[in-house]
Amino acid sequence: MLLQKGTKAPEFQLNATPDQTLKLSELAGKRVVLVFYPADWSPVCGDQVALYNEMLKYFHKYNAEVVGISVDSKWCHMAFSQDRKLHFPLLADFEPKGAISRAYGAYNEQAGQCLRALFVLDEQGVIQWTYLSPDGINPGADGILDALEAMSKQKG
Amino acid sequence: MSTLKPPVSDTDQQTGNLHAGITLVEYGDYQCPHCGHAHPLLKRLIKEHGRSFRFVFRNFPLQESHPAAFIAALAAEAAARQGKFWEMHDIIFENQEDLHGSSFTQFAETLGLDSKTFARDWESKDLVAKVEADFESGIRSGVNGTPSFFLNGKKLNSYDGTYESLAEAISLPVQGH
Repeated sequence: MLLQKGTKAPEFQLNATPDQTLKLSELAGKRVVLVFYPADWSPVCGDQVALYNEMLKYFHKYNAEVVGISVDSKWCHMAFSQDRKLHFPLLADFEPKGAISRAYGAYNEQAGQCLRALFVLDEQGVIQWTYLSPDGINPGADGILDALEAMSKQKG
Repeated sequence: MSTLKPPVSDTDQQTGNLHAGITLVEYGDYQCPHCGHAHPLLKRLIKEHGRSFRFVFRNFPLQESHPAAFIAALAAEAAARQGKFWEMHDIIFENQEDLHGSSFTQFAETLGLDSKTFARDWESKDLVAKVEADFESGIRSGVNGTPSFFLNGKKLNSYDGTYESLAEAISLPVQGH
């Protein structure tokens, strides 16, 4: 089961490029949209990351950064990211394979890949919204934006 | 279920029977091949059933994937200012595989638009804002790719790339909402 609302998001440090890593705690003070997805290159993931890539300015309006996570390697991510001209990081949950995805309850043990799961974290790194989509269905972004908007209203 | 936000209004590009009880909205991208595939199906739908439904097109250009999609959307909106939105919409889709900056000026000439006015409108901030507002309404409505259709405000999931799936959708009895 996915980690639920109110849980502190587990820390991670994963490769964002072949020679750079990203720690979740480095994003403290910002809201974070964690996008776990099954695989680079597969058609649905392609559409999903392409959509979020176009939406970065809408996420930024809500002080939110988007981060993609799959079990693909840093080299695979680099090629995929260049091909799709992505402007947000894709993290490699590669070694030990799927460890971070498991910690979030977003790992499919049978398939050996991430589930298609979304988490929205607040400025303190606490999970405020989660969504699990069927593997073959691109969840879009309306749920994420609704969650970000609700968080802003709550804060007043 | 995803709902259209905001609802269709006078500022939307629309054709068919504006007073029909059925409204089909497409979120589309002029350089998206799937939208190119759907275009002749929608033309036929409007030709054969245009009396019984209203068709609305909203822009959903994926600029990183499709470098000419945004300027294409602006060109269609600029043509709308001279009353030729649908003519421009058609000619862009018909030439989808070969779109670049100068294509749109040529299309404007072909359609007999006033070229100075077109050039000015094509670059106007108002139209950029309109296309961006369409895009934002799409993401708020749950558009997850193009084309995405909404029937009377509800996301239509039955379109499978065939004419029949569209014809069937608009012929179903209207559900209250």
